[in-house]
Amino acid sequence: MRDRGLIFSGLVLFLGLITFPVWYNLASGTSSKPPELKLPATEKQCVAPTETMRMSHMEMLITWRDQVVRQNDRTYVAANGKRYDMSLTNTCLKCHDNKAEFCDKCHDYAGVKPYCWDCHIDPKLVQRSKG
Amino acid sequence: MTIHRRTFLGVAGLSAVALAGKSSIGALAKAGEEAAPAAGAATRWAMVIDPQRCLRKEGCTDCIGACDKVHNVPLFKDKDHEVKWIWKEPFENAFTSEENPYTAEALKDKPVLVFCNHCDNPPCVRVCPTKATWKREDGIVMMDWHRCIGCRYCMAACPYGSRSFNWLDPRPRIPALDPEFPTRTKGVVEKCTFCEERLAKGEKPACVEACPEKALVFGNLDDPASEVRSLLREHFTIRRKPELGTQPEIYYIV
Repeated sequence: MRDRGLIFSGLVLFLGLITFPVWYNLASGTSSKPPELKLPATEKQCVAPTETMRMSHMEMLITWRDQVVRQNDRTYVAANGKRYDMSLTNTCLKCHDNKAEFCDKCHDYAGVKPYCWDCHIDPKLVQRSKG
Repeated sequence: MTIHRRTFLGVAGLSAVALAGKSSIGALAKAGEEAAPAAGAATRWAMVIDPQRCLRKEGCTDCIGACDKVHNVPLFKDKDHEVKWIWKEPFENAFTSEENPYTAEALKDKPVLVFCNHCDNPPCVRVCPTKATWKREDGIVMMDWHRCIGCRYCMAACPYGSRSFNWLDPRPRIPALDPEFPTRTKGVVEKCTFCEERLAKGEKPACVEACPEKALVFGNLDDPASEVRSLLREHFTIRRKPELGTQPEIYYIV
């Protein structure tokens, strides 16, 4: 066990190196902070509770898509009985009118790249190109 | 009364044959019923076009413009990349099965509006490997652009050339984006959907609404009192390539 000092200092160095990203992020204080999203100013009530939306808005959107395109059923009845037109651009983005500060910010944070926007249009984009 | 073994076996054999025959006939009859278009459905959308009325206003493209605008149809100048929902075709090209060499003066070489025929027996639907295109109960040959994989079998199957493929990203080629309707992406087939998104709101198709001459009439074939049915009763109409058995649902008054 003459190499004890060498082995342990090597191990510590190794552990320190592979956990470097964790320490780095903790030190810079960026990763632990969830993104701050810009919520709609006018509307306080979404089609479902915040928790549900946060967890499963993607499943809801896929269901909406299939309902509208394949079943020609366009009305969503919320838990409180309120009726909504199942439409990403015409319903979701009507309230969440700031896609960059709402959808994109969280998607960027979570590292997901939904391809909805390859076809569906952010109305803001149109206004900007017009103006 | 006694039954000999031989008689019993004979009767039993004949009964078995009769039973088997009955069930197979029943199965065949059922298959026939399924293949036939659903009778008595509540709605069957169709269009009646009066080409001569369409010609009254020369060079008019109001319907085409309206359709392109509400559906974000890209404008590709290059014919190879063209995307078309509704367009004009010379009469002889649109009606290739009218083999009459003496077409009436009123229609000879004149442009006729053509678009998806929303066939009752759509060949495009039969070939689509992903069910991205299918026939709705109301007769609309619908498209699910989410599901289209761009194999273009439907384009090969459609005898009317009603389908276009996006060889390039269409978005930069759309003159005025309408955010209420999605665009398509590169690698997706598109065509007329009879404005199903407008029908859902109780509106008429955009082309029908835009026509200043009322040359396009849209309605329900299953309703004997509808305008399309009365037009079909009063006029002689033709359809494109009826001999193919696709049962197109766009009728042209001649």
